[in-house]
Amino acid sequence: MKHILIVGAGSAIAEACARLWSAEGAALHLVARDPARLAAMADDLALRGAARVSHGVADVARMDDAGDLVDAARAALGGLDLVLVAQGVLPNQRACERDFAQARAAFEVNTLASLAVLTRAAVLFEEQGHGALIVLGSVAGDRGRASNYVYGASKAALEVFASGLRNRLARRGVQVLLVKPGFVDTPMTAAFTKGPLWAQPADIARGILRALETRRDVVYLPAFWRAIMLVIRLLPERVFKRLTL
Amino acid sequence: MLISGWGRHTRIDADTARPATATAVRALLAARDGALLARGMCRSYGDASLAPRILDMTALDRLIAFDADSGLFECDAGLRLAELLDFCVPRGWWLPVLPGTGAVTVGGAIAADVHGKNHHHVGGFGTAVDALDLVLADGSRLRVSRDAHADLFQATLGGMGLTGVIVAARLRLVPLASPWLEQRVLPAANLDETLALLARHADASYSVAWVDLSRRGAHRARALIMLGEHADTRTSPAPHRRPLTLPVDLPTGVINRATVRAFNALYHWRGAGAATPRTVHYSQYFFPLDALGGWNRLYGRRGFVQHQCVLPFECAPRALAEMIGTLTTGSVPAPLAVLKALGPANDHPLSFPMAGLTFAVDLPMTADTQALCARLDDLVADHGGRLYLAKDASMSALNFRRGYPRWEAFQAVRERYGALTRFASLQSRRLGL
Repeated sequence: MKHILIVGAGSAIAEACARLWSAEGAALHLVARDPARLAAMADDLALRGAARVSHGVADVARMDDAGDLVDAARAALGGLDLVLVAQGVLPNQRACERDFAQARAAFEVNTLASLAVLTRAAVLFEEQGHGALIVLGSVAGDRGRASNYVYGASKAALEVFASGLRNRLARRGVQVLLVKPGFVDTPMTAAFTKGPLWAQPADIARGILRALETRRDVVYLPAFWRAIMLVIRLLPERVFKRLTL
Repeated sequence: MLISGWGRHTRIDADTARPATATAVRALLAARDGALLARGMCRSYGDASLAPRILDMTALDRLIAFDADSGLFECDAGLRLAELLDFCVPRGWWLPVLPGTGAVTVGGAIAADVHGKNHHHVGGFGTAVDALDLVLADGSRLRVSRDAHADLFQATLGGMGLTGVIVAARLRLVPLASPWLEQRVLPAANLDETLALLARHADASYSVAWVDLSRRGAHRARALIMLGEHADTRTSPAPHRRPLTLPVDLPTGVINRATVRAFNALYHWRGAGAATPRTVHYSQYFFPLDALGGWNRLYGRRGFVQHQCVLPFECAPRALAEMIGTLTTGSVPAPLAVLKALGPANDHPLSFPMAGLTFAVDLPMTADTQALCARLDDLVADHGGRLYLAKDASMSALNFRRGYPRWEAFQAVRERYGALTRFASLQSRRLGL
């Protein structure tokens, strides 16, 4: 039985993963801000087959060290094999351009809280010699675009951090999986008109579990984003800066 | 964001919120005045799910409780029926009423009081609903059932989301022996034969006739009658098929008289050749169209309408002959038509089914489609029938009142619970509700 901590359990992708893990009989510890949502999720996951579900209410952006969540989860579950770091906000780009406080708030949630959790979990997994860390990045982190570079930068930092962590922990048998979803139909993107490139959270979750099983390092989900982002990354900056994307 | 019904002929820009809990629904209603509408998977064809302000309920899709002894099952309103079945079928339980797609939400199935191929035996979706939770106009939450606030319960089943926001439901599941069905296909040469076969096989658990409207003359309205029975043995794990999805619109005009005729000929030939019973998985039997995600894009950017009516048994043969005559001689191709029997009407004032035959036909949106629908609407009302609100896109307020004489009772319930100005759709405004 897997013991799993999900930070940002209110994320639609995280919830979809939790459902798949529950069907496998995993034990889950959920962390999110909204107590009503945590309670509803706990009932749902238990019915779907989770061996046990515990949860804690926390706003990771307001914690001195979100790494404390790792210890709390380990205590609640009696062990820890897997940590999914999924909390995230999509800040208003235009507002961030005028008001740095809003950009900082996005970095607190997307970046700093993630690094805090990863730091503590890395120590634990390094000691016990097994474990997997899953970090939700974004295709937006591959290149800064005028329309959402604050969000993109907050996710890009995770990639380099995860890469270094992977390099450090590989010999200890610890997997560090960076997931880069494309457009996903979630409450975070409720206001957008959906086109053919949009995916459902359940599809992303199935991709994450497959990547975990095959011990991948970095995955684009759905996979076609790998090709799209390759082209976008290859464009020379002097061309890219003139584009409207 | 831009939204449209399943027929995709009308698109509007809507202010959309997507609450993830019932508590969030209550907060949204308490925080803002003005009209809004809850929306599920937008499988209603016309404008029933369109409004300038939308509550997208699909993130509210959790299981709440399940009693493996009694089969009582409770879930959020945004749970899709296909997911509900994924949960209950392996545990040996079944939802006794299923519409033609598993993509609809529980809330949507309640709002349209959907029916299945067994309506003449078991009734509509409402028969499986034990109780439901509504968030009312003022943001309060109320559990309603046949015993508590029965007026609101009755009005909400089939009430098209106009009484409040359905946030949760308790359903009564039934035991199931096997996820497989035995399917039998009987060919019929014309409308008279189709009606006779449907009547003769009325005791089959499930029955529906697929009608070919691309022929004129002696084979006009030839059909395949599809009968189904639950298999009692042979269990096997449900196959996980990834449905194909049509990612883009086909060019307008791909569905025309020639392609429709060719498709129907192939379908009829395949079906008529399969005279021996076949064992098929329930998802294949009940949701054949779900195998091609986004099949509504086949009709191109102009979209399509589905015209579905019910006609009382006594006038059905004559009315159907007239409707089919109009359809087969007009300029609008009719690629898909379905005929089945319905059982008696229920206590829900806006519920569609009544004793008779229901006839549904898909029509691509062309310059002549609206006029054709108006002609069919009048014909249905003249024969004492009515249209299915989940499909309707253009019925007049007058024909609505002729078909649903209990509409005033429905409005009275809405008024009692403060819903009149609070919950509205483009359809409700068109129909004068």
